[in-house]
Amino acid sequence: MDIHEYQAKEILAGFGVPVPRGGLAYSPEQAAYQARQLGGEAWVVKAQVHSGGRGEAGGVKVCRSEAEIRDYAQSLLGTQLVTKQTGAAGKGVYRLWVEEATDIAQELYLGFVLDRKTERIMIVASAHGGMAIEDLAHSEPDSLVRMVIDPATGLIEYQARELAFKLGLKGKQIGQMVTMLRACYRAYRDLDAMMVEINPLTITGTGDLVALDAKMSFDTNALYRRPQVEALRDTSQEDAREAMAADNGLAYVGLDGDIGCIINGAGLAMATMDMIKLAGGEPANFLDIGGGASPERVVTAFRTVLTDPNVEVILVNIFAGINRCDWIAKGVVQAYEEVGLTIPVVVRLSGTNVEEGRQIIENSGLPLISADTLAGAAEAAVAARPHPIAAE
Amino acid sequence: MAILIDETTRVLVQGMTGRIGQFHTQEMIDAGTNVVAGVTPGKGGTTVLNRPQFNTVREAVEATGAEASLLFVPPPFAADAMMEAAAAGIKTCVCVTDGLPAQDMMKVKRFLRHFPDDQKMCLIGPNCAGIISPGKGFMGIMPPHIYKPGRVGIVGRSGTLGYEAASQMSALGIGISSSIGIGGDPINGSSFRDILELFEADPETDAVMMIGEIGGPQEADAAQYVREHMTKPVVAYVAGLSAPKGRKMGHAGAIISAFGESAQEKVEILQEAGITVAPNPSVMGDTMASVLGVKAAA
Repeated sequence: MDIHEYQAKEILAGFGVPVPRGGLAYSPEQAAYQARQLGGEAWVVKAQVHSGGRGEAGGVKVCRSEAEIRDYAQSLLGTQLVTKQTGAAGKGVYRLWVEEATDIAQELYLGFVLDRKTERIMIVASAHGGMAIEDLAHSEPDSLVRMVIDPATGLIEYQARELAFKLGLKGKQIGQMVTMLRACYRAYRDLDAMMVEINPLTITGTGDLVALDAKMSFDTNALYRRPQVEALRDTSQEDAREAMAADNGLAYVGLDGDIGCIINGAGLAMATMDMIKLAGGEPANFLDIGGGASPERVVTAFRTVLTDPNVEVILVNIFAGINRCDWIAKGVVQAYEEVGLTIPVVVRLSGTNVEEGRQIIENSGLPLISADTLAGAAEAAVAARPHPIAAE
Repeated sequence: MAILIDETTRVLVQGMTGRIGQFHTQEMIDAGTNVVAGVTPGKGGTTVLNRPQFNTVREAVEATGAEASLLFVPPPFAADAMMEAAAAGIKTCVCVTDGLPAQDMMKVKRFLRHFPDDQKMCLIGPNCAGIISPGKGFMGIMPPHIYKPGRVGIVGRSGTLGYEAASQMSALGIGISSSIGIGGDPINGSSFRDILELFEADPETDAVMMIGEIGGPQEADAAQYVREHMTKPVVAYVAGLSAPKGRKMGHAGAIISAFGESAQEKVEILQEAGITVAPNPSVMGDTMASVLGVKAAA
């Protein structure tokens, strides 16, 4: 789960990371008011969306008057900000962060991630910040410094010191960096984060370290014990269909094709999508219906898939272990009745209670297309697409 | 002999008293698994499915000689249950539970390192279908009837895709020695490599089907092991050729976030190591058959 920059800064500041002073605004008037409260002669106005690359997309601006702030806020609020990470639809701008301008002498990069190779939290840092870590890894791989943290000891002070010296920091900056690293690590550990990123981490004109930007994302599996983190969820930044599916216990990812998929198990779902592509089609979505799916959950899966207007065929592929084919079949029949399906549906059932499931499909009298194998199901789904040329 | 479980393995179930625990324990007993006890704190002294229940794993191990444990424990308590099993001397522990916090697994892996190699618990999962040695016994949630006993090992992240592979092979007359689901989480107990080592050493396994997916470094690690140490043929499939970058595909670990983590890149790495990769998921069985020199029955 992602949160906004201002929320990440608030959290990290609470752990001892120095951040610029700033205030939140939902309107141009509030933005001007926050600047007045902060004082000074220049302010940075930043669109709060769950995405990187905001600056290049026009979502960050240095303003030198209240009028300029008001105009910029007016032009930004309520629009969709399209960055290289958001896709064409962009993300809605409903909140702005107004911050005192910082005098920047140098920009560094600092990130904390889960390293899957060592299965531990790893620090990645570079003396060259400001650009995306992927670009940094590409253009200046030698500048990256990595350090793995043992969960039994946490980040040890000498490790933090070593890292600070490797980055070329000097004097008071060493102590400041040690404080910052330990603060970020504690925030990561104590709040079940999956990522903490400070980019850029700036050295100001007076030689002090300040987190100019901050990004945090969290382990959704741990939200049950982090209500303070869950409270920061902003559904306006999420895909509405994916959020609805998640609330109903379904894992759903929208894609660009026209064959809607309802499958059990993440691996089989990915394999079925691969199979559809090989058969000459394009999947409209990834959907894992999960284990022990009731007929009702199957109906919900149909409703979710059908919220995508591009879907022209639905492919149900179930290899039941913890699931039951008869429940799935009942759900398919029920979906036909409740949702009023008009598009072709291909059903492939295998595993637990498969005979009962196939009986239900056969006896339903509905125009369902049955398939026995994975390949057969994908081919049938591709063939069942209404052919635009033939139809005319 | 198979790997990790056979008909002699004394199995205990942590969380047998719950509805789901009872249902799957009954299935395991019906399939011939030697289930000897259950553990649920506070339910010690009772009997469920004719098996004695204990308050702690240590008591259960002392009383029954249990050597393997299957966990049906909710996510907030699963890491604790794994560490309790390890400390009580359990040799093989399978955790089916989906939804464990990553940092809990970080702690568990750190805890397991306390033990000397000969006393180290082999942890399978979490978020996995479990392990089965067809005709001998199983620990998990898979449908046992789809597996035909035989001499090919299966190791995969996904449960259902493992079923798919087993049924394709079964249709071609190829049976399974053991099938191991290692789970879809970013940090899991045993890796592909760990399981390949067990299959390599198992005299009853002739070849291995390895089913990977996008995300993480484990397929590449396994490829290196195969190239350097494995004498038995390995056939692989990697799911997610059509998965977009940066999106989590159901499994917490199925996300392309670094170089070498896409399906295409993994396929190349596996092929370079001499592994035969099935071009698509509908020919996992056929590919294994051709590697084994088995004539397709149909």
